[in-house]
Amino acid sequence: MEPTLIRFILRHSLRQQISVVILTLVSFPFLYYSLDLPKTIINQAIGGKNLPKEVFGVPVDQVGYLMFLSGVFLLLVFVNGGFKYAINVYKGRLGERMLRRFRYELYARILRFPLGHFRRVSQGELIPMVTAEVEPLGGFIGDAIAQPIFQGGTLLTIVVFMFIQDPILGAAAISLYPIQGYIIPKLQRKVNRLGKERVKAVRKLAEQIGESVSGVQEIRANDNARWQLARFTSQLGIIYDIRFEIFKRKFFVKFLNNFINQLTPFFFYAIGGYLVIKGDLSFGALVAVLAAYKDLASPWKELLDYYQQKEDNRIKYEQIVEQFAPEGMVDESLTAPDAEAVPRLEGPLQTSGLTLIEDDGKAVLESVSLTLPLEGLKLAVVGPEGQGKDQLAMLLARLVMPSSGQIQIGGRDLLSLPISVTGRRLAYVGPNAYIFSSSLRDNLLFGVMHRPVVDIDYGGDDAAKAGRRRREAEFAGNSIDDPRSDWIDRDEVGTADDTGLRDRLCRLLERVDLETDVYHLGLRGTVDPARRPDIAECLLDARRSLRERLAASDLAHLVEPFDRGSYNSNATLAENLVFGTPIGNAFDLERLAEHPYVIQVLDRMGLTDTLIDTGRKVAETMVELFADLPPDNPFFDQFSFISADDLPEFQALLGRVGRETPSAMKPEDRIRLLSLPFKLINARHRLGLIDETLQHRIVEARGIFAASLPDDLKRGIEFFDPERYNAAASLQDNVLFGKLAYGQAQAATRVGQVVTEVLDKMGLRTVVLEVGLDFPVGIGGSRLTQAQRQKLAVARGLLRRPDLLILNQSISALDGAAQGKLLTQVLEEADGRAVIWVLSRTQWARHFQRVIVVKGGRVVEQGTYDELDRPGSALTELLKQD
Amino acid sequence: MSLAEEVALLKSIPLFAKIEPSKLKLLAFTSERLAFDPDQPLFRQGDPGDAAYIVIDGEVSISIDAPAAPEGRIELAKLGRGAIVGEIAILCDVPRTATVTARGKTVTLRISKDLFFRLITEFPQIAVEVMRELAHRLENTNLQLREARAGKPH
Repeated sequence: MEPTLIRFILRHSLRQQISVVILTLVSFPFLYYSLDLPKTIINQAIGGKNLPKEVFGVPVDQVGYLMFLSGVFLLLVFVNGGFKYAINVYKGRLGERMLRRFRYELYARILRFPLGHFRRVSQGELIPMVTAEVEPLGGFIGDAIAQPIFQGGTLLTIVVFMFIQDPILGAAAISLYPIQGYIIPKLQRKVNRLGKERVKAVRKLAEQIGESVSGVQEIRANDNARWQLARFTSQLGIIYDIRFEIFKRKFFVKFLNNFINQLTPFFFYAIGGYLVIKGDLSFGALVAVLAAYKDLASPWKELLDYYQQKEDNRIKYEQIVEQFAPEGMVDESLTAPDAEAVPRLEGPLQTSGLTLIEDDGKAVLESVSLTLPLEGLKLAVVGPEGQGKDQLAMLLARLVMPSSGQIQIGGRDLLSLPISVTGRRLAYVGPNAYIFSSSLRDNLLFGVMHRPVVDIDYGGDDAAKAGRRRREAEFAGNSIDDPRSDWIDRDEVGTADDTGLRDRLCRLLERVDLETDVYHLGLRGTVDPARRPDIAECLLDARRSLRERLAASDLAHLVEPFDRGSYNSNATLAENLVFGTPIGNAFDLERLAEHPYVIQVLDRMGLTDTLIDTGRKVAETMVELFADLPPDNPFFDQFSFISADDLPEFQALLGRVGRETPSAMKPEDRIRLLSLPFKLINARHRLGLIDETLQHRIVEARGIFAASLPDDLKRGIEFFDPERYNAAASLQDNVLFGKLAYGQAQAATRVGQVVTEVLDKMGLRTVVLEVGLDFPVGIGGSRLTQAQRQKLAVARGLLRRPDLLILNQSISALDGAAQGKLLTQVLEEADGRAVIWVLSRTQWARHFQRVIVVKGGRVVEQGTYDELDRPGSALTELLKQD
Repeated sequence: MSLAEEVALLKSIPLFAKIEPSKLKLLAFTSERLAFDPDQPLFRQGDPGDAAYIVIDGEVSISIDAPAAPEGRIELAKLGRGAIVGEIAILCDVPRTATVTARGKTVTLRISKDLFFRLITEFPQIAVEVMRELAHRLENTNLQLREARAGKPH
């Protein structure tokens, strides 16, 4: 990256800058003429002096001439406006392109930072640099060359004019410029230094905010907010002081400038007046010079402003660039665009004198020399925590560069292999492998997405748009790859088509013991029947099949199916009335009593008052049951329809309405009471308030609700229909198509088993898994457990079929038994590939054909497990501590 | 069965006979009514104990694991309507000491650990009834032990 802003500008936008200058210069005569024209209009057309007889051969009178000149003036207004518009747009685009390029370069550099650097800089510092801090550069870059040329040129013209009038006066006019030119930058330097400090202080602030966001749980759990606020305040104080100092100095510079500018007329009056009195200078010339001097002020001011801006931006640029050039960046040659064919890594893995020295000068690994045949290698690396086994794994994965020493695979220098080889033929899975905020599938495929394999084919207009986007990206030196292309390298997965890929993913899920988890996520997921009509159809079959299975077994009473003609006593009254799954916000089942359309339907059925009466009975029962309980009793949350806070209100409400008929109640009381019965589940609450008559009428109301639903609400609900797939409901609910019966022991487990059996029998397990793979894992995989995240990362490493798989304590979050099982399964799956596994528990080493013990930064023992498992060995020592 | 009927039923069980109806209603409302199919276990020996069950309808069989016995277990008792089972595990915080299985279609009231403790602290009558029940069982066990000793030739 260019070390200075001006070099960056010249290197990437010289031609555009020249265009801006040329455009500016071309606009100049028009501007000049538009300034000159009013004089002609006033003197000639209005004053009537030297009236031409004709214009372009057409005879004109005075009024006609005036109109002609006014027309020309109007035209010039357009032309000048047009020029200004065109120049500004051009400059704006230029600035944006350069900004885009700069941001891209910064981001690309982040990707090449040495890993250790991330221990020193935080997200909080990096993010504002790439986002906010660079923003003003875009505005400046458009002006970077044109502005000084334009303003400088204007200044020079005026100065030359003055010199022509009178050299002495000319000299007087610019006599103070050298002083300004000397003092101002000096003062400015101080401001610049403060500017640098300000940027740093703001970064610190950003860092603190970032840290507070990450640690908010600890802050609250330790009642530490006050200290945080104090720290934040002190940081704000520092920024305040700096900014205030900047203001003082900036305005002082301005003051000085103004003062000096005002000083020059003093010379004019004194020297010019003297010359006029002496007769060496004509009075007219003095006036002309004075007028010219007035015009001089504006470009001079602009130039000084430009200078200040330039300095601001120069510092910003240099400071950012400095932050983005840490020691030990991944060499650009290693990240060079990849070759199509990536050679396999074969032959022995050899390290010699491998040494890694940390920042503090401490050697974490010292002259490690190993020779390992790669073929069929199954190597366990064991050792005490923090004595080098971690670093050895990262060195072998080439994630960290050694301070000295060599790593070779099959005679090839691993350290100089491009990432397109190490990042494909090697796989590294660390203990805290990052999970990206996307779907499970994307996270798995992440490991085989190195470059677009098949470019996306946009049709028609979209193709033109995409072409434009691509050209623009190219112009700004950005990536021209389209993230929407197909990036999945199927060769690496070892499969030709999507079915193979899916099977491979499912197999890996099973191998890392994630299959059941993903299956259950799939059951809770949704399928869009428009996109996958085949799946929807299969699931409808499964629904029928489940119904038959249940009917044939003695489990039929565990599920109450949805039936349009009958009341479902295991569903709430609200669900019974709406009889569908709400989509979006059109219907909120929790607040159905407030919905105007619902009220309209109930009114039509004459049900409103009945339900309000039911609501009154619910309220009475709740008050009777819960009135004596203390408000913090958990029963309120678990059982009551009315929260402890609302209970007194309902008590008052009941007292107020007494035995009144619903129609005599106040509207807000009616709504409050009406909201209660909607939550009733007959089978669960057993209050006996929804008798058969009421049930029949609700079912009738259900019919009316659906039949007269206005068009705009139709999209707000997906009705239960035995012959239709419900896109809004989960896959499981679609197959079940009913409610689990309350009060039946283990209904969910027993029915769940049958559902699984049915789906498996129909060959739908992969379909469910596919839906489960779409599960969004949340930021940093936060919706998964730590163990699930680790398993996912291992599967990601396996998917690629690497020549060498390096696992660094990658399943440490699992419990002991699960670790042992997973370890053998992964080793089986990686059969035929080299595996180096840094173990968190020494005992698993017996599953490996070779073992090395790393202790105190050195390899202290190596051999087979049996060789090392003898009294007094380092391995035995470790086994004891296990 | 509605809540009102359930209250009437609870009232007829000695354990709850002396409790005022409004409290029984709360008990009925907050405890889960659970139906078990024939031979379905309420809980198994060794499971963690999280609730006690009151048999409302049907009969349950109480047995302990005994690998030497013909079916791998020995039936200790059959209990019918009104009996309480599973209270030992939640009183003593130990795993289930026996397996309880529904003999026919059985309906129970599941009383969670929290609710159970609230009940016996708030209603001494229930505590007394639970004690009486436990004492009965101890007496039974003693009797069986005596019989077993007597039956064995010295």
